[in-house]
Amino acid sequence: MSAPAATLSHRPPRRALKELIITEAKCAWRIPVALALGVLVPVIILVILGSAGGLQKTIPGSNPPVTYMTNIVPVLIGMVLVMIALISLPTVLVNQREHAFLRRLSTTPVAPRWLLAAQVVVNFVLAVVAMILIVAGATLFYHVSAPAQLGGFVLSALLATAALFAIGLFIAAVAANPAVSAVLGTLLFYALMFFAGLYVPRQSMSVTTRHISDFTPLGAGVHAMLSSIQGSFPPAQPLLVMAAWAVVFGLAAVKLFRWE
Amino acid sequence: MRELDINEDWQLKGDAMAPAVHTPESREVTSRSLAHPAIGVSGLRKSYGSTLAVKDVSFEVEDGEIFGILGPNGAGKTTTVECISGLRKPDGGTISVLGLDPQRDRAALRERVGVQLQEGTLRWQLTVAETVHLFASFYPQPAYTEELIEVLGLGPKRNTYYRRLSGGQKQRLSIALALVGNPQIAILDELTTGLDPQARRETWRLIESVRDRGITILLVTHFMDEAERLCNRVAVIDSGRVVALGTPVGLAEREGGGNHMCFRPSRPFDDRVLTGLAGVDRVEHEGPRMAVSGTGELVNAVVHALNAVGVEALEVQLDSATLEDAFLRLVQPSSKGREEVTTP
Repeated sequence: MSAPAATLSHRPPRRALKELIITEAKCAWRIPVALALGVLVPVIILVILGSAGGLQKTIPGSNPPVTYMTNIVPVLIGMVLVMIALISLPTVLVNQREHAFLRRLSTTPVAPRWLLAAQVVVNFVLAVVAMILIVAGATLFYHVSAPAQLGGFVLSALLATAALFAIGLFIAAVAANPAVSAVLGTLLFYALMFFAGLYVPRQSMSVTTRHISDFTPLGAGVHAMLSSIQGSFPPAQPLLVMAAWAVVFGLAAVKLFRWE
Repeated sequence: MRELDINEDWQLKGDAMAPAVHTPESREVTSRSLAHPAIGVSGLRKSYGSTLAVKDVSFEVEDGEIFGILGPNGAGKTTTVECISGLRKPDGGTISVLGLDPQRDRAALRERVGVQLQEGTLRWQLTVAETVHLFASFYPQPAYTEELIEVLGLGPKRNTYYRRLSGGQKQRLSIALALVGNPQIAILDELTTGLDPQARRETWRLIESVRDRGITILLVTHFMDEAERLCNRVAVIDSGRVVALGTPVGLAEREGGGNHMCFRPSRPFDDRVLTGLAGVDRVEHEGPRMAVSGTGELVNAVVHALNAVGVEALEVQLDSATLEDAFLRLVQPSSKGREEVTTP
């Protein structure tokens, strides 16, 4: 979309963005895909795993030692991000493009990228809520220590969020229709969650697999968040890996996004 | 019956649609638009890849009129209005809307031109009132949303979700959104396609009342009755070109093959009595009856000429060309219809 020759007097009113965000929030509440998949499912899994017991054992070979339960916290945060950023967000955006709603917006003073911004804001808020629920729930009820390096933890979580939202927007940019976006999202769910350690903890992966995991957005994310929970500021590598995913896919999404 | 109330409503509480007129900025625009036609299109050309969708389209829309763009499917109607709305960049030609360039002055234009698109749905999860309210927030000087909803007859449906609206209600909501920014021009594409006859008539009344508020309307349609009923002037577009331009009545008369008169003469007479008349194109015998085709005040001229030679015209039948006749002749130049028009 080429930039309109907007002068200051022809900017859309500032209340437009506020109204768009409120509207998108209402839609997210009325058809609660993001809420169900991104908030409820991970929280329920946390409750089930936490209540089952047996996960308070230390993962063999982990250094510093970490329990299965502690390890699952950043993995579930990764799940929140995949559900919200890679499944819910692109589905809604591709749908709006499919139904020419983005095009309808571009006949008004509001550019369709404002809807994209509103979608990102609403989904970001949902992701933050889900992450807080998981960390607080695990800490309060399931013997996981609160992140000792809170600053490092927040930074890691935000970088993981940025990386996943960038990939989600990239899917929305290239997916021809909602079916393609759903397939891409689902495939990425299994791939990213595998490398995040949902099925086998990263500490138990073979050296090669863990090496690959280190360069995936959620492998790096779990690594960085786990370090922060255990009290040390995350090492530079996972942070840089996540930042790189965010920048590369963010730019590609901006470059490739189709509004109609 | 209710529809009449709606129109009265519109007339009575009309100020809701017009606050923008009182601002200094829009006064400037109003005075500017006196110097320009509301919309001026000249030599418009647009292709998609190797397909030339619009070859050469020129017309002017005057302030306050309903201007129709007619044409068969794929003629280039929608591409033309998309270029006018600034949604597409023309390959050639010039477009001026309220004296603005749709590409260069996009932002200014969008505040003053309301668009109803042919395709597209709104958010299914939103109610009528929420949708209108949302779109109102996009404009610097929107109409009062509650009043607009009432005026469009959507009051009883204000809290109904979009997905539960009927086709006619969705269409009226779509018109409401084209008007919510208090535009000077409304562009309406395939306004009544897919509506039942009653909903179409209601929509027509609505469009007339919008015009009566002083809003210039550019209407894209492929329904002849719609154009005849609503449009002050129409342009017929075929294969990317304007093939005719004028009032619906004028086009019907000029391009539709004129008027036809059929009668039984009280006694035989020399055809030359009629073929020599101005406005008569053709005279034919159909058994005992005669058929005369021509333009203008055909009946008067024929009856007069017959009287002069002492012949009476009995069992007279009249048939005037409609816009549809004109349209069919214009967009199918190679068909048999064309040969019939040709005067000997």
